[in-house]
Amino acid sequence: MQEKQFTIISEVGLHARPATLLVQHASRFSCEVEIDYKDKRVNVKSIMGVMSLGMPKNAVFTLFTDGVDEEEALESITNLLSKEGIAE
Amino acid sequence: MTQTMHGIAVSRGIAFGKAYVIKDVDLTFDTYATSDATTELARLQTALDQAESDLERIQEKVEHEQGMSNAAIFDTQILVLHDPDLMNTIKKHIEADTYSAEQALYEATSTYITLLEEMDDEYMQERASDFKDIMRRVLLHLLDIDESLPQNISENAIIVADDITPSETAQMDLQFVKGFITNTGGKTSHSAIMARTLEVPAIVGAKNSTTNIAHGDFIIIDGSTGEVFIQPDRATEEKLMKQYKIYEEEKASWHALKDKPSQTKDNHAVDIVANIGSPQDINQVLHHGAEGIGLYRTEFLYMESYHLPTEEEQFEAYRYVLEQMGDKPVIVRTIDIGGDKKLSYLPLPEEKNPFLGLRAVRFALQQPEIFRTQIRALLRASAYGNLKIMFPMIATLEEFQQAKSIVEEEKQSLKQHDITYREKIDIGIMVEIPSTAILAKQFAKEVDFFSIGTNDLIQYTLAADRMNENVAYLYQPFHPAILHLVKSVVDAAHEENKWVGMCGEMASDLTAIPLLLGLGLDEFSMNAPSILPVRHLLKNLRKTDMEQLANAALTLSTAAEVEQFIRREIEL
Repeated sequence: MQEKQFTIISEVGLHARPATLLVQHASRFSCEVEIDYKDKRVNVKSIMGVMSLGMPKNAVFTLFTDGVDEEEALESITNLLSKEGIAE
Repeated sequence: MTQTMHGIAVSRGIAFGKAYVIKDVDLTFDTYATSDATTELARLQTALDQAESDLERIQEKVEHEQGMSNAAIFDTQILVLHDPDLMNTIKKHIEADTYSAEQALYEATSTYITLLEEMDDEYMQERASDFKDIMRRVLLHLLDIDESLPQNISENAIIVADDITPSETAQMDLQFVKGFITNTGGKTSHSAIMARTLEVPAIVGAKNSTTNIAHGDFIIIDGSTGEVFIQPDRATEEKLMKQYKIYEEEKASWHALKDKPSQTKDNHAVDIVANIGSPQDINQVLHHGAEGIGLYRTEFLYMESYHLPTEEEQFEAYRYVLEQMGDKPVIVRTIDIGGDKKLSYLPLPEEKNPFLGLRAVRFALQQPEIFRTQIRALLRASAYGNLKIMFPMIATLEEFQQAKSIVEEEKQSLKQHDITYREKIDIGIMVEIPSTAILAKQFAKEVDFFSIGTNDLIQYTLAADRMNENVAYLYQPFHPAILHLVKSVVDAAHEENKWVGMCGEMASDLTAIPLLLGLGLDEFSMNAPSILPVRHLLKNLRKTDMEQLANAALTLSTAAEVEQFIRREIEL
């Protein structure tokens, strides 16, 4: 299992568009992808789950990947979050 | 036998056609399944697939009509239909609880929707209604309901509904929409605005229209009088057909002027330009042959957002408008918040007298960071067209100088960062406060142009709140005091070789235009559909005659005298 901590940098928090990009991206990998935020753990492949976190700017969360392609997934999602100015 | 009913006329024209009645549908369903789990799961899958193909169709249409960014929300909606957690929960309800597919769907989504609704964030609360919208769509397919849905309109029709929401019009194939009738609403409701944009007649506030008119009834609506004729007899139909032809001929003669310059009979040229509130209005502006944008109300960027619009978001909007308009001037009014324009995400202190309070440029100078963000976005966008910047609610020369120096500072900062912008950008002010109108001579030495905002200038000059029904009679555009103020602004500007426009309601008033032309106004800014009728009127007026008319009007004592005088002198 891999894990990494991020902070939301997008002015508007994790709103619909960034959440959609994140879920679409995570769904490409076969490993499990989860986010832990304020003691709540959700499946990143679930848009309802991700949106229900309501993460605002400066929210600190942990991303977990677990499965065969966990390393690749973590790296790729990290790139997406920074490229789109969502979190770092 | 012709049956008639009445409502508020909000968009001119006459339409004939079949009524398309949009009614609330019955969405009740059984809690428990009447067949086995396999059948329920199959029903669910079919409904999900149908919902997805609906969404793809709407997305394609919105992308085509409104661009990628407005279509992006449908990606999110489609993802919901593939949400693995949601689908597992629904499956569990069907298999373990023997729920019907409808009940399982309802149970599984309610938890998430409640979570979003309870968030202390207006944006997230709005998303809850998006999710409800998708669930409703799946539910409609499960229940096999497809009648009278806005997206099913496929032949010419007059829409009859309780009210019409923006998401409903987004789904309609607008080429088939020939008119609107709604039970509720007023002049500024969505259906009224939509109708004027589409140039189709509309009647709102026609109580019980959805019960009095049956789906498929032949009806005629007259958007000038507010009359609706249900199953009209031959005589009524013929009478209205005549009026329809007259109106259509008139419209055709206006449209012949689309690419013609705005000129009087004695070849005096003026500019007829458009007021816009959002980049989406550009299509209409081009369609009606505007010679530029006289007023881009940027406050809608702030009011329709759930957060302060970022520099990037603003830059995209401004750049789009400037690019679309090419060389034509685009006058952007800087942030005009306060008064009756509030921001949900940036509460301002309550004021006893908001119209005399912290609003427009006063707000901008008090919150310089918000103002600077807008100025930077504007300057960056200036490289893409013919931008002019205008400050609202200027009361003193110092306010203008301060606001202008912020523009200069931001220019310097962009230069240091090697970001391109247009060096020559005209900077002007709105004349809405009597002090500025009176002191126009001094202002004219420093500003590049004036634009008279009559709505506020009238309410401040006559000291009457234009929203207050008890004093509404004091909202008098033809009051001689207003005419004298307009004249002194125009004379002061011309003395310094500057130009004067007008962007209030008065600029498109067909009775006021002869007078304004005579007073020497250079630019008339109005809603796009008014442009061609005004250009048509100007073509038939002589500037020299109108100067005499204006001079005579300036000697009169009351608004009623002025109005009567113009009506007598000019055949409108």
